Amino acid sequence: MPGSIADAPLSSAPGFAANNNAAVRRFHDRYAAMVSRKRRLNLLFFLGFAGCLAVSMVIGDFDPVKIWNGLPRLHEFIAKILPVLRWDSLGADLAEWFLPVKLWLKLLLETVLIAFLATVFGVCGAFLLSFPASRNLTRNPAILFISRRVLEIARTVPDLVYALIFVFCFGIGPLAGVLAIAVHTTGALGKLYSEVNENIDMKPVEGLRAAGADWVQMVRYAVVPQVLPNHVSYTLLRFEINVRSSSIIGFVGAGGLGQEIRTAISFQYYTDISALFLLILLTVVTIDLVCERIRHAFIGHEKLAA
Amino acid sequence: MKQPHDVTAAEIAAARARLPAAFAAPPARVVMTWSAWGLFAALVLYTLIAFNFAPARLWDGLGKLGFVLSFMLPPYVWPTWELFLEPVTAIGETLAMAFLGTLLASLVALPLSFLGAKNVLRAEWMHFGVRRGFDTLRAFEQLVLALIFIRAFGLGPLAGIFAIAVSDIGVLAKLFAEAIENIDRKQVEGVRASGGGPLQVIRLAIIPQVLPVMLSNALYQLESNTRSATILGVVGAGGVGFLLYDRISANNWDEVMSIVLLILVAVYAIDAFSGWLRGKIIGKNDYRP
Repeated sequence: MPGSIADAPLSSAPGFAANNNAAVRRFHDRYAAMVSRKRRLNLLFFLGFAGCLAVSMVIGDFDPVKIWNGLPRLHEFIAKILPVLRWDSLGADLAEWFLPVKLWLKLLLETVLIAFLATVFGVCGAFLLSFPASRNLTRNPAILFISRRVLEIARTVPDLVYALIFVFCFGIGPLAGVLAIAVHTTGALGKLYSEVNENIDMKPVEGLRAAGADWVQMVRYAVVPQVLPNHVSYTLLRFEINVRSSSIIGFVGAGGLGQEIRTAISFQYYTDISALFLLILLTVVTIDLVCERIRHAFIGHEKLAA
Repeated sequence: MKQPHDVTAAEIAAARARLPAAFAAPPARVVMTWSAWGLFAALVLYTLIAFNFAPARLWDGLGKLGFVLSFMLPPYVWPTWELFLEPVTAIGETLAMAFLGTLLASLVALPLSFLGAKNVLRAEWMHFGVRRGFDTLRAFEQLVLALIFIRAFGLGPLAGIFAIAVSDIGVLAKLFAEAIENIDRKQVEGVRASGGGPLQVIRLAIIPQVLPVMLSNALYQLESNTRSATILGVVGAGGVGFLLYDRISANNWDEVMSIVLLILVAVYAIDAFSGWLRGKIIGKNDYRP
């Protein structure tokens, strides 16, 4: 019951008459002030939140009537994308559902390879840029500033925007997709790598400096052995994310299965949509599981060695 | 005491004979390592060839990219306030989509997360099933969901809001459930001991502990959704993405640059605001999921 003491008039507080001294009065005043401050803050938060909500609902076209009218159409759509599977003709039904499966598997392989190559390129860029972007390894503020801003811009611009630009420059196809995801990966991984680099034990660095090593030797022999397991772990996580990205990057013509999804939705090949979802879901889950295995093997191995 | 002396070749040979593993990895291990790297290099090479990474093509593309970059600078300045209003409204729409999407997702994820928490729902099969449900929701790409919701609600931000909300329910419910699993048991026991029922345990013992963590997670998600909401417009689901797509198709590269810069400003502003609010909610010790 917050505020119950403050709400009551001061003279009704228990023992007021007996203890009418300055300390008690000060306590009551302070308490009342804190409670009213807390209430004012809560009110302010609430008003701010309600204001944001109201403005967003107007700008975002959040109209309950429109939503209510849209729901049956959503239901209809989901009913249409589900395939007809009968128990007595299951094989034939499945074959019909996955009719263009050869093309899809080829594009699925392309999707995974786009993610793979983009991860390889992205790791190269991120690894090289992460050392100049680490506060503890770079003394020159200009180099630090530039490498940090480069990484920041690379990861803040969405990969789909890079894909749009690269499709214009390099033409339609997986090359543009690889480069787009690679740039984004460089930014995202570069930040994570440099954070790992900043948390290392500095004693080996000092040791190598004292022994007269130059900057590259210092990084190679003092930093890299400490950070490699973490870098590998982040890289595998990123590969999982990149498989997801590469499955939709085809929306803008940058290769992979995304093109097929977009075609299926725009041309209303309803059951194709669910088949493609299923394919991507299975691939993503498989890759997640495999990467998790490898990651745990790596981290566990390093823990034993340490 | 033995005097320090130069190590002789004979001593090295003796040491090598006694401790071969300290000098070189076992041959089987060496073969394994090299063949793994060989396989990796072959895969990279195959992919490079399959994707037609021809030097001529790359050179040509880089030339065009330089061309594009040179057209991007200096960035476009909208000549009148009316024209400037178009990108600003589009970015406002993006922010509104991110805000409403995250809010909807949090509201749905809150009750679901209790079902996915081990210490609330004791039945193993049940929270396992709920958790896999969260995983499935997370597997759907926002852009694909946006295309589906466009079928239901038509082109516009409403489709984007629902795309963000649905894909985020899985993420937030998982994070919320983990927060609930990490609570201090003592307060739950305290409420139980004084005769509280399950609902009172949730209201008086769990919610006060997890609410700051949940708010913090929701704010992180708001930051991430601001970024993803910028591209939903590419398929017509509202926000600044449509404007960007339109200007790229029209090759107005200087305007593209200006819109990207505006997006960066908006993203940084949301990051700063949410960081400040997070600090207010959970105090100095920043919690990162």
